[in-house]
Amino acid sequence: MPRVRSRDLAQIALFAAIMVVLGFFPLIQLPGAFAPFTSQTLGVILAGAILGAKRGFLAILLFDVMVFAGLPVLPGGRGGLSVIMGPTGGFVIAYPIGAVVIGLLTERVYRHYNLPLALVINFLGGAIVLYAIGIPWMAAAAHISLAKAFTTSVAFLPGDIVKTVIGSLAAVAVRKAYPMIPARA
Amino acid sequence: MLSLYHDARTPVHAVPAGAKLLVLAVTGTVLFFVPSMVWLAVALAGVLGLSGLARIPWRTTARQVLGLAPFLLLIMVAQLLFTGWQSAIIVGERLLTLVLLANLVTLTTRTSAMIETIERALKPLRPLGVRPERVGLLVAMTIRFIPVIREQAELVRAAQRARGIERSTVFLVPLLIRTLRMADGVGEALDARGLD
Repeated sequence: MPRVRSRDLAQIALFAAIMVVLGFFPLIQLPGAFAPFTSQTLGVILAGAILGAKRGFLAILLFDVMVFAGLPVLPGGRGGLSVIMGPTGGFVIAYPIGAVVIGLLTERVYRHYNLPLALVINFLGGAIVLYAIGIPWMAAAAHISLAKAFTTSVAFLPGDIVKTVIGSLAAVAVRKAYPMIPARA
Repeated sequence: MLSLYHDARTPVHAVPAGAKLLVLAVTGTVLFFVPSMVWLAVALAGVLGLSGLARIPWRTTARQVLGLAPFLLLIMVAQLLFTGWQSAIIVGERLLTLVLLANLVTLTTRTSAMIETIERALKPLRPLGVRPERVGLLVAMTIRFIPVIREQAELVRAAQRARGIERSTVFLVPLLIRTLRMADGVGEALDARGLD
């Protein structure tokens, strides 16, 4: 495995910090928005789509390590093991996996990366993957049926669609201005 | 940034982080297979007792439970309607016990001790190219970067407001590019300081 360079370390730490800031000080204020609109899945999307699979995964994993270690990095100053053990812990655990899925797919199509591709990839990694892990976790932790956990989570779908769109627009623009992922032959 | 750690000198604080994590994992698993209302109540009382022993203020505990309350209520009401009151109580007890215990571990373990434990747990992965000693450095860097990112965000927003634009995507892109440029600078600084 190639050595992680210093710049990579800095990118990983900076994107983990972006993730924290997105949760704490939501950059997006939607007109007439759904009440508690946290932007952390936007951080997952940005890390995967801009840094690629490896660095994106490590950035979000680092964020999870901070949650685990008891730093209040989740919205509302939450954090610690109780969040992981609680009904929504599966989503937090799924974050790095969502980032790696987005990263792998983005790397694959990076030569002709465009908005439609970005939308599909980011929705897959930023919503579907998170739901696929978060919902069964919720069902198990809360001891409710999968269907019930599903219904509860689907309430967040409109917000996740908005985040996918914003994240995709940003990822496409950043790729033009500052491409990060080396083109694959 | 503050940690959730609650400083005190108690027997609970003295237990090594690794042991506490192990207890949490085992308890979580066992609780899942205990179908008895009475035994679950005993477990809950035990955790509350440990919280008392760790001298965790009641308000801190209450705040944590309050965060969980909407969920807990929803789940218990659903159980009440579909499977009966016994199962509502069992499910409520189980979730509350687990969350309070997890919270107790977080409140009584220093962030640094938790990070050391993570580093130790990662050591076997060294042959795969994992560098456990980097975890602490990365966490420290991230904590340091949080106010920097926030400041950058405010700068970009102010600049755009001055020009009469205020849209989130337009806003996000300059922030990301600034951040990536910053990473180049920080990377060079790390190299200059001989970080291998």
